[in-house]
Amino acid sequence: MTTDTLLEVSGVSVSFDGFKAINDLSFSIGEAEMRAVIGPNGAGKTTFMDIITGKTRPDSGDILWGEPTRSLLKLSESQIAQLGIGRKFQRPTVFEDQSVADNIMMSLKAHRQPWSVLFHKFTQDDGQRIREIAEEVLLVDHLERSAGDLSHGQKQWLEIGMLLAQDPRLLLVDEPAAGMTLEERNHTTDLLREAAKTRAVIVVEHDMDFVRKLDCRVTVLHEGSVLAEGTIDHVTSDQTVIDVYLGR
Amino acid sequence: MIRTITALLFAATLILSFGVGTPARASDSIEVIFETHAEIIIKGSRRTITPAIEAFRDSGLPEAQIVLETWRAKDLWVRKADNRFFRATTEDRKTYDLLDIVTGEALGRAAKKELRQIKPNSGVRGLISAALVRFQLSDPDPEVRRSSLAAIQRDPAPSHLAALEASIDKEDDPGLKAEKRRLAGLLTIQFAEAPETRVAAIRAVSSDLGIDVRAALNPILATRIGVYTAAPEGNVAARLTIGSDIGADEAYALLVAQGAAAPIPDEEKKAALAEHIDGGMVGGVPVASLTDPAARDRAYARLAAAGRVPPSPTAEERDAAIAAHRFYAVYEEPNPAVTDAASEALESIGTMVRSYEVLDLSLDALSLASIYFLAAIGLAITFGVMRVINMAHGEFIMMGAYTGFVVQQLIPSYTISILVALPLAFAITFAAGVTLERLVIRWLYDRPLETLLATFGVSIALQQIAKNIFGTQARPLTSPEWLDGAWDINPIVSISWIRVAIFVLSVVFLLFLLFVLNRTRLGLEVRAVTQNPRMAASMGINPDYIRMMTFGLGSGIAGIAGVAIGLFAKVTSGLGQDYIVQSFMTVVVGGVGNLWGVLAGAGLIGILQKGIEALNPSNTLAAQTYMIIFIIIFIQFRPKGMFALKGRAAGD
Amino acid sequence: MTRRRVPFVVRNPSVLVFLGLLAAFTLGVTVLSEATGIGLISTSMVKTLGKTLCFCLIAVAMDLVWGYCGILSLGHFAFFGLGGYMIGMWLMYARTEMIVVEALAAQPIPPTDAEIEAAIGNQIFGVVGGSEIPAIWMFADSLVIQLALVVLVPGLLALVFGWLAFRSRVTGVYLSILTQAMTLALALYLFQNDSGLRGNNGLSGLQNIPGFEQTPQSTISIAFLWASAAALGLGYLLIAWITSGKFGNVIRGIRDDEARVRFLGYNVEAYKLVVFTLTAVLAAIAGALYYPQAGIINPAEIAPIASIYLAVWVAIGGRGRLYGAVIGAAVVSLASSWFTGGQAPDIPLGFYTISWVDWWQVLLGLGFVLVTLFAPKGLGGLVDRLVRR
Repeated sequence: MTTDTLLEVSGVSVSFDGFKAINDLSFSIGEAEMRAVIGPNGAGKTTFMDIITGKTRPDSGDILWGEPTRSLLKLSESQIAQLGIGRKFQRPTVFEDQSVADNIMMSLKAHRQPWSVLFHKFTQDDGQRIREIAEEVLLVDHLERSAGDLSHGQKQWLEIGMLLAQDPRLLLVDEPAAGMTLEERNHTTDLLREAAKTRAVIVVEHDMDFVRKLDCRVTVLHEGSVLAEGTIDHVTSDQTVIDVYLGR
Repeated sequence: MIRTITALLFAATLILSFGVGTPARASDSIEVIFETHAEIIIKGSRRTITPAIEAFRDSGLPEAQIVLETWRAKDLWVRKADNRFFRATTEDRKTYDLLDIVTGEALGRAAKKELRQIKPNSGVRGLISAALVRFQLSDPDPEVRRSSLAAIQRDPAPSHLAALEASIDKEDDPGLKAEKRRLAGLLTIQFAEAPETRVAAIRAVSSDLGIDVRAALNPILATRIGVYTAAPEGNVAARLTIGSDIGADEAYALLVAQGAAAPIPDEEKKAALAEHIDGGMVGGVPVASLTDPAARDRAYARLAAAGRVPPSPTAEERDAAIAAHRFYAVYEEPNPAVTDAASEALESIGTMVRSYEVLDLSLDALSLASIYFLAAIGLAITFGVMRVINMAHGEFIMMGAYTGFVVQQLIPSYTISILVALPLAFAITFAAGVTLERLVIRWLYDRPLETLLATFGVSIALQQIAKNIFGTQARPLTSPEWLDGAWDINPIVSISWIRVAIFVLSVVFLLFLLFVLNRTRLGLEVRAVTQNPRMAASMGINPDYIRMMTFGLGSGIAGIAGVAIGLFAKVTSGLGQDYIVQSFMTVVVGGVGNLWGVLAGAGLIGILQKGIEALNPSNTLAAQTYMIIFIIIFIQFRPKGMFALKGRAAGD
Repeated sequence: MTRRRVPFVVRNPSVLVFLGLLAAFTLGVTVLSEATGIGLISTSMVKTLGKTLCFCLIAVAMDLVWGYCGILSLGHFAFFGLGGYMIGMWLMYARTEMIVVEALAAQPIPPTDAEIEAAIGNQIFGVVGGSEIPAIWMFADSLVIQLALVVLVPGLLALVFGWLAFRSRVTGVYLSILTQAMTLALALYLFQNDSGLRGNNGLSGLQNIPGFEQTPQSTISIAFLWASAAALGLGYLLIAWITSGKFGNVIRGIRDDEARVRFLGYNVEAYKLVVFTLTAVLAAIAGALYYPQAGIINPAEIAPIASIYLAVWVAIGGRGRLYGAVIGAAVVSLASSWFTGGQAPDIPLGFYTISWVDWWQVLLGLGFVLVTLFAPKGLGGLVDRLVRR
């Protein structure tokens, strides 16, 4: 491990009613690194994210974060998020009843305590940040629209925008390109690569072409543990990976 | 000399025993007794009458009973001329027909003034009654013997003891014999002279749970408070501490009874002060300052010093007087061996009573749990499958109960009407449930909170409709005779047959539902829809149909629960409301989608409620309050109930 | 973006409209009341209207906690009742003390403090077979402390209950059932004679305000109407302000997708707790204003059914819009008291006479089902449609 390790997952296991969803999984990512996590259905990708973000508590193992390192195991979802871990869900989850601007505004890095939020004064800077983010995700013309009225791809982008607004140190992105046109995908790729220049990004994805475009290290999960790790070419030529994907 | 006396006695005994067998001569003996005791019988004084009564009692003559009864009934007359005794009847209250006491044979007539009626006073009558007990206790008719035992039990007297003991050996009914032995023991405890006999009798009953045993033992431990300046006398139970065992006021009152100065009550003091107001001052203290109790005492002391009011001891004087004495609880029973034995026996009985009370409580809890189980199981099924709370579930219970009521109006036989009402209630509430599901709930599956509200609307409408139809007064639902009464396992543990029946009913339903859910096609589909509705739909199961059937099933069970609940609770339009929150609690505590969860939830809530009630029996409202608080805290540790679905199936 | 810098009332003209209507209503009632001598509106009607304003206030609070934050609380009438009990304790104690002192002053010997206390205890607790004044009445002679308790007791209960419930992530129908259980527990507790609050007798004579014995009820009723209107106005303003800011965005986010808000770094439990407790306090204030107008409070008022009716009002009025809650509470509660009060004319059908006293509940229940099914936005939704047109 290098000294600039941001997140280190070591020997984590979790089981649901006897089914081992994650089995002695170890994983680490450094600052300003992009990593793609792939694996067939049921490999434990979503559970892996649930464990990092605190939604699911592992039965054993540890998760260490940042410098000086601290364990994430005892923290709640919101505390973990406040430490700088942002998450985008597989299904786009934006607040459909609220405007695009409000969605981004809620995500902006700021105090999260009820009291300061209650007396929050909307400043010129906030407006500026919202506009910048909206420009990055190509939603600047839709700021006042209700998020529920956006197209599927726009919702994905809005969620990425909300992620960026949080200014996290680690982005967990679950299938960002699902349901997008080729053009939209390319823009998504650019957004993620741009983000990875300053922070760590973990992308969970099915689509090999998309992963190839990201041009980063790839971790292959299978049955809750790491099957292989390396460049995309390395893992796609690995016989065990091929077996897993193509069936025995 | 001694030999001759023995021989004479033997002969006398022989004559007597022959006499018993021959009525002709017995009559002679009665005559003889009358003759011997005529004087005291006529005198009729309680103090001197005993030899006469005993002579009849101990005569061993069956006719003696008739004589005693006649005497007691004030039907005995004596002819002044020759002191012969008769029964007498009259038509004109002037001349009397004289009859033989035993045979009723006419023995002539006499004018009223020739006769004297023997009117025993109540004291004498009591003695006669006691003597009669011996006859009743050995009466050939076992019913008479039994009722005389019961009479003794009701009102035990020392005189019964000997009679009872004498009758035990001759008793041939084993049940009655045991009862007689037991009663003789109890009488021995209370009335025997020798302490050793009493102690032995006390030891003999130290595992008897009968209430009469405790009633016999408790008076032995009765105490009075004795006040002593030196060492106490008598059978001391304990020394009393002022303040904890006995209040200072109470202690001082005892001293007052012994001649200490009586304190004047505050009210009287106040009245006395008011009487002596003199120009705005009482005893030199301004009236306005009498809002202070100390000022009042001062004013009163001054008045007392001037001799205008009776003196009242000051607090210090009282305390000193109390401190100068020692207070003891002293047994009324003088013999320590007896009191020790009684307290030991009561303690061992108490231990048994408590363990049986725990058993009794467990049975109560079990029966309450089965009621909650019946009330909640339908709710749990619908909640488990559809994730919606049916607030009208309670009203389905009510509908079931009213169905039972209506059926009883039409079918006079309670047994048949119950047998008809159960399936009919199921059918009616099944139909109501399906209607509700089709008309309301299926439009709201994606809005569970609104289902809760919409079904609440249905609930208030149904309640009011029931009120409009059946009125506000409670309607009785009578159980058949074979469910009346209770199963008395011993004097402490008992459970009413209705509750046993409800327990059986809920076990039947548990088995039935286990069978339906685990062994039938419908059950398989229900479980599939419960665990993953989308997957179930994609496998060709029609979730709409499944939901409709499940909702009907759950509602139908509510109807049956209603009939069962109606048997012991009053049927009113608010019946459902009384059970709905507990049903919710049962489901919440148990967890959804699992029969065992409901069972565990009902069990926990039943045990909790009964357990808390046992700790504070006078206050069932408080018990429910604490139970709900407990459940709120319980949810902290098992937010999804005891038997929750885990992992992704939980759908969160 | 600059639109966000203008004061929120300007951004929310409906608030101004509401406050204007409320002020006009209050003034109008005052002018037409018996207090001014016109007497078109009877004193009992003024009280009914004042009580309705209190219902509107608790409905607005309910709208915040349910309509905006998504917590279907079936327990807010418990807080309403507790607020009433807290102020009722002072009203009853102070008035009884006054009567007792007056009675004892007639005696030749002036009373001691203990005698006064015993007499008060006898007066208040004689009906439940007691004469001791329970410890919870410790501060009953102090208006200031009891006023503080109006806020503190329900607030604390809401805080503790909310903390327990939200901490363990109880949500949805489970949470509703739990709040209902809390209400039931409180009502059952108060029903006991040794609860210290006179069991099912409750507190009575609350319409007599100590210190204002000479003031006629017509004037007192107007004073309470104004107080209720002011409380409603301020409560409405407060909640409108809260919901219009970022806080409002967060709690609406919690309503729609609680997990997502959590992953944005917001401590969802803390927000829920703030909203739950704040609305509990508003409910308590509404209760403290309501019961002096009603004159009597007893545990039946706290029964779970009352809180469910509250949800019905808000649902019929329309969730997520404050005026909807006000309309719902006003329309349904006034209609209920009109229909069940026997004023509504019966409908003879020849073979059967529909008596509204008997059938109003049925109509309300079924009407409510229809609103839930066909007009989930409630009456407020109709207003929206009219305004847009």
